[in-house]
Amino acid sequence: MSTADTLQGFKRDGRVVIVGASLAGLRAAEALRDEGFTGKLTMIGDELGEPYDRPPLSKQVLTGWVPADGTTLPRRRDIDAEWLLGVPADGLDLANNHVRLADGRTVPFDRMLISTGVRARPWPVEAEAALDGVFVVRTREDAAGLQRAVAAGPSRVLIIGAGFTGSEIASVCRERDIPVTVAELAPSPLVGGLGAMIGEIAADMQRAHGVDLRCGVKVTQLEGDAQGRVRRAHFSDGSTVDADVVVVALGGIRNTEWLRDSGLAVGVWGVACDAGCRAFDLNGLVTDDIFVAGDVARSPNPMYEYRFISLEHWANAVEQAEIAAHNMVSTQANRWPHLSIPTFWSIQFGVNIKSVGVPTYADEVVVTQGSVADHRFVAAYGYQGRVTAAVSFNNAKWLDHYRQLIERAAPFPPPCPTPDQPLDAKPVPVDFPGPTLLAQGATVVVTGHDPGERRVTAMRQHR
Amino acid sequence: MTTTETPDILPRILDYSNRADPYPLYAELRKTPVALQEDGSYVISTYRELSGILHDPHLSSDVRNLTHPMPAMEERATPSFINLDPPEHDRLRRLAMRHFGPPHTPGLVTGMEPDLTAIVAGLIDDFAGKQRIDIVDDFAYPFPVTVICHLLGVPREDEPRFHVWVNAIIDSIDFNPKTDPQEKLDNGVQATKDLRHYLGGLLEQRHGRPGDDLLTRLANDDGPDGRMTDAEIVSTANLLLIAGHETTVNLITNGMLTLLRRPDVLQRLRAEPDLVVRLVEELLRYEPPVHIIPWRAAYSDISVGDTVIPKGSKIMLMLASGSRDPERFHDPDRFDPDRRDNQHLGFGSGIHLCFGGPMARLETQIALTALVRRLADPTLVTDPPPYRPSPVLRGPIHLLVDQN
Ligand SMILES: Cc1cc2nc3c(=O)[nH]c(=O)nc-3n(C[C@H](O)[C@H](O)[C@H](O)COP(=O)(O)OP(=O)(O)OC[C@H]3O[C@@H](n4cnc5c(N)ncnc54)[C@H](O)[C@@H]3O)c2cc1C
Repeated sequence: MSTADTLQGFKRDGRVVIVGASLAGLRAAEALRDEGFTGKLTMIGDELGEPYDRPPLSKQVLTGWVPADGTTLPRRRDIDAEWLLGVPADGLDLANNHVRLADGRTVPFDRMLISTGVRARPWPVEAEAALDGVFVVRTREDAAGLQRAVAAGPSRVLIIGAGFTGSEIASVCRERDIPVTVAELAPSPLVGGLGAMIGEIAADMQRAHGVDLRCGVKVTQLEGDAQGRVRRAHFSDGSTVDADVVVVALGGIRNTEWLRDSGLAVGVWGVACDAGCRAFDLNGLVTDDIFVAGDVARSPNPMYEYRFISLEHWANAVEQAEIAAHNMVSTQANRWPHLSIPTFWSIQFGVNIKSVGVPTYADEVVVTQGSVADHRFVAAYGYQGRVTAAVSFNNAKWLDHYRQLIERAAPFPPPCPTPDQPLDAKPVPVDFPGPTLLAQGATVVVTGHDPGERRVTAMRQHR
Repeated sequence: MTTTETPDILPRILDYSNRADPYPLYAELRKTPVALQEDGSYVISTYRELSGILHDPHLSSDVRNLTHPMPAMEERATPSFINLDPPEHDRLRRLAMRHFGPPHTPGLVTGMEPDLTAIVAGLIDDFAGKQRIDIVDDFAYPFPVTVICHLLGVPREDEPRFHVWVNAIIDSIDFNPKTDPQEKLDNGVQATKDLRHYLGGLLEQRHGRPGDDLLTRLANDDGPDGRMTDAEIVSTANLLLIAGHETTVNLITNGMLTLLRRPDVLQRLRAEPDLVVRLVEELLRYEPPVHIIPWRAAYSDISVGDTVIPKGSKIMLMLASGSRDPERFHDPDRFDPDRRDNQHLGFGSGIHLCFGGPMARLETQIALTALVRRLADPTLVTDPPPYRPSPVLRGPIHLLVDQN
């Protein structure tokens, strides 16, 4: 039988399993059906209920504007799938092509998609994490709980970690006039994602909105009362803060443990795959049947020298899901690479922050348009003399232009002045904190060889 | 990409004799995506290049950035935001938007739906007993004019006065010193002065009075950006009045003409009123009311493809040509209301994206649905109909229709 016939047969009555039934998983399922896959489709998810959207959880849900269960993802088409919900996958057997579930069942497949995303990094001391009033925000249950706690009018909210999620939550609390302390180990908020210059602007923004921002400090202990409610936090500089709600916003941990013995190339930055979303095995060989998409994926990007990039971005999850689905049902000659330039947005303190490109892939940054003082500007990022990213504060309409500059590898700093160029537009070093700080809330990770990851062992399996 | 002089195509497009069907000329023009003209200006006609430059912060909307100044439209008056760059553009547009749309005034446009439907019904009721109707004079003109007057707070009775001014202004927008008599420009300049003077008079009565129309709100309401000066309010109102006047008239008329030329689609719209949303989008691509942005200025050198447009150059953007570019739209000369991924340039793009777009859409959706539902067997009397002079804001000056 020719490969084309095999593929036709697979499209007609093959079996696809998707592990991780959220944004990337759902979009991949829809795309598979759009691509004409009529076989059996199984969705495995450890959460109960229909797939939902996460970005509103730290924004509209927290303000009470949208209820936590009001963020169900729209269904763009019927996917006619078997849903196995409320039970995690805990193993992958590549020799026999099946997924093992935690309850002992096995689910066979011809092709599989891994879209297990990330989970919130919990407070490291378990007893303290278990105190009443300590929250993380990743799931809709988390958000519902925090929303109730915030609506109850706490005397102070302490947020640990000033990445995007922590900063958004601080913003919502300030909108409701709740006293807020934000603790951040790095020198300023958002610095892991956007660098020192934007970090300072973000710090000014937080302070101007009355946030008690403490940078360069570590929270060392959460203290509870006799009822097991959190009451106070201790800092590395010896100070303390009394708070009855604590939000731990220390970034995420990629959900890859269940793949540990699968033989795939799996590490703390996710599951490595090629530009077409096909997973690599431990030996660096690309698999044919295993695909990866979303926050858990780590793939080489040609625009950024084929470095491996992990993104925790909504648009990336959608795009990779569509690419993976397409490649699952396509012949070699018809596969697509995922070439798009990343985009990300956030809303905090009345400012719409949007980025295009990979700001962490940069050595310099310059404000090209607008006014930093008004929190309305665009900043371009450059790496070794070419434009690699841009970030806008309340100025998103210009980003298409910067996307084109990135595509063209246009020179950095952009040479031509614009009508609203600030007078003192001079490139400054971008200055990102080291990888240990980065782990606490980065949304983009650019990795080369990482010695901290599991080593590649040469092994030859007889299948 | 090649940049060569195309001495004859642009003048032919601007020539009135080609007004009824400029599209074959656009196709010709697109062979040179960035075409240098004899006078040193650049004409851009392909989708990719147009959408690129519309998002380019080096493109200026302010005439003061042209090396060779344009024939003066008006002296020393405050420009409206359409003719300004950031940050002034952003501030004025934001101040106007506060009263016109989200986030501060959500629901304004949708809230107008019952009124729009009633105005449309009234106009169509007047068709009763008439066998021959002029879609322009009897319908497509009075409808948006009533709406914009009401919205701004301009007395509808004054319409005959400002109609003359608006026509003179529109006429002079595409003034070409080579072919047009100076009189055309002078009329435009005088009309602008008169219209501003008139609006200034209305504004004076508004200070310190509560009220819901846009003039009153602009005169009295303070937001985080402060308040517009009187001169700024007058130029904003001037812009909205003209834009609210001309474009929607053309969109509705072009729409009706397109439907009359395609009875199958007309029948379908009658049976399937929900189709109107996509149909109007396709109309904005296929027969848009704004064909050309007649000038923009290169604030500094601008790279478009392989061409570098030097600082200070005049740039002409052929929006309607871009929306018919086969590199971007499949089978672009086909009117297809089922078209997907229809990111036309009908309202422009970038920071100057049409301010009144949501309202124009709603007006046209309501107008076309009502027309096809209530006109019994309409037939076109002359095809092509006579066109207005302007190649920039293009549309029929009359559209005669017989009904049974
Ligand atoms: C509070 C918050 C705010 C955000 N705001 C923005 C924003 O403003 N802009 C933006 O671009 N992005 C934002 N994001 C990021 C965006 O939500 C993610 O990029 C997106 O959800 C990734 O989708 P995914 O499907 O890859 O992963 P996820 O949404 O994490 O889904 C993975 C799913 O797999 C399940 N799972 C994990 N392990 C297993 C297992 N072993 N077996 C079965 N199921 C498993 C998980 O429970 C989860 O349901 C935000 C995220 C959060 C949490």
